[in-house]
Amino acid sequence: MTAVLTVRDLSVRIAGLHILQGVSFDVAPTGVTVLLGRNGVGKTTTLRAILGLTPRGGEVRGEIRMAEQRLTERPTHRLVRDGLGYVPEDRCVFAGLTVAENLRLAERRGVKPAYDRVYELFPELLRRGRQRAGSLSGGQQQMLAIGRVLLSDNRLLLIDEPTKGLAPKVVTEVAEVLERVAVTVPVLLVEQNLAVVRRLASDAVVLAAGRVAWSGDAARLLGEPELTRSLLGVGSHTREVSA
Amino acid sequence: MSTIVLLTLTGLGLAALYFLVASGLSLVFGLADVLNFAHGLFLSVGAYGTWWAAQHLPGAGATGFGFVLAVAFGVVAGAVVAALVELVMIRPLYSRTIEQVLVTVGLSLAGVALLQATWGADPRPFPRPAWTQRVTDVLGAKVPNSGLLLIVAAAAVLAAILLFLRYTRYGLVIRAGVENREMVTALGIDVRKAFTLVFAIGGAAAALAGALGGVYFGSVSPGQGGSLLIFAFIVVVIGGMGSVVGSAYAAVAVGLLQQFVNYYGTSGAGDVCVVALLAIVLLLRPQGIAGKAATA
Ligand SMILES: Nc1ncnc2c1ncn2[C@@H]1O[C@H](COP(=O)(O)OP(=O)(O)OP(=O)(O)O)[C@@H](O)[C@H]1O
Ligand SMILES: [Mg+2]
Repeated sequence: MTAVLTVRDLSVRIAGLHILQGVSFDVAPTGVTVLLGRNGVGKTTTLRAILGLTPRGGEVRGEIRMAEQRLTERPTHRLVRDGLGYVPEDRCVFAGLTVAENLRLAERRGVKPAYDRVYELFPELLRRGRQRAGSLSGGQQQMLAIGRVLLSDNRLLLIDEPTKGLAPKVVTEVAEVLERVAVTVPVLLVEQNLAVVRRLASDAVVLAAGRVAWSGDAARLLGEPELTRSLLGVGSHTREVSA
Repeated sequence: MSTIVLLTLTGLGLAALYFLVASGLSLVFGLADVLNFAHGLFLSVGAYGTWWAAQHLPGAGATGFGFVLAVAFGVVAGAVVAALVELVMIRPLYSRTIEQVLVTVGLSLAGVALLQATWGADPRPFPRPAWTQRVTDVLGAKVPNSGLLLIVAAAAVLAAILLFLRYTRYGLVIRAGVENREMVTALGIDVRKAFTLVFAIGGAAAALAGALGGVYFGSVSPGQGGSLLIFAFIVVVIGGMGSVVGSAYAAVAVGLLQQFVNYYGTSGAGDVCVVALLAIVLLLRPQGIAGKAATA
């Protein structure tokens, strides 16, 4: 099967730091591909480079393609309109806007917004439509951040640490939602909670020292504790919370 | 009593002028991070545009509907010039603060020079309907109608901007963009269109200040925009970058303070007090009265 997204020899420098030094991997056309690696290795940097959100002064080299189209030449808002949905680390909902306004903002031009789908997955968002997003709990903010990309159909979702800082019960809820979402759209997921990874991911890419250290079947990686430990330093860096 | 009423209303008239300039400045800075030193130029465009139209534009004049038409011409000219400045000069320089400052400062200097070269450095008498030169009796105080006109216009502009921010798609984009511009683009929105729009709105408000300020002062001169801009910047900083409501509060505070101190203290002491107020606000609340938010 051909990949939905291919990254070849991606190199990113920010503020004199050579963060990514030739990263290459594919994102499978179905299911969840998980991007793993220790804290600060460059997972977020990779997702942001794909979206063209590398900070000014940063240097991006290499090739990123989605369906034969080079992404590196196009502005972020066009990539998103063409079906690249982004759920950032730390959610980035607009704190001063209401929940309903956050969703309305995410409606894409020329696309009928799928409020049914979003409110079915997250009935809470309908009930709290008039509440300021800044006063939502962390879990509710995460639902809003996921809900707003699901208003439109996407060709690929980039989701960065959706369970970070959430209570175990909420982690399970988020994992459930992502499992349902991934049935219809491929996902490139950054996730540190290995229980969530085990539940969702079919493929895995592990970054270490600016490069891809391992890639392949997610179940195989997680089935070999020695390998997981050497690549991710499980126990010291990674939480395993039930999902 | 009548002195206090008069001082209050003239202070509010001044505040109205500051607010009309500061509201656009504040939105532009809040959304696009641009310190626009050329904003005073938009005011001059409005003033000279109105002055020119009253003499040359068919149908326009110094009285009645002709005057409304002249002001409308000045306001549209201000909005168009502001949008062009954004598209041609600022857009290539986003995130390059030093270059932006240089370009906008240069532009404001060039604008003043151009106005001087075309219409001379001396103040020109401004077209004014007769009623604006009369006074209205408010609680025993004889208040110039031109000042009342400024107050009404500023209140209308404040209401219009707030309604626009709250109830339109672009207003939503602007409020969100003031909070987190990058995330707006990551939702598939071309935030630069909103930049141009905010420039145009700010340019129109400043141009209105130019036109009605011309009525208030009775004349127009090339340097007017620059001197008002300094106080407008102070108002923006006190009110909080990006906050229109904050600008309104700050404009009222600055206008009243100036009037009362200049009257009861020595003339010129009001300006010193305004700077002192700025210092106090910066010490106690560096983010301004309202913080960074486009609504409140
Ligand atoms: N704007 C920036 N300026 C300077 N350094 C940066 C910038 N952005 C990222 N970095 C550095 O790049 C490295 C990779 O950061 P990144 O956020 O991609 O890591 P990550 O893998 O997502 O980590 P985490 O698991 O903690 O989220 C870090 O060392 C970080 O300090
Ligand atoms: Mg990260």
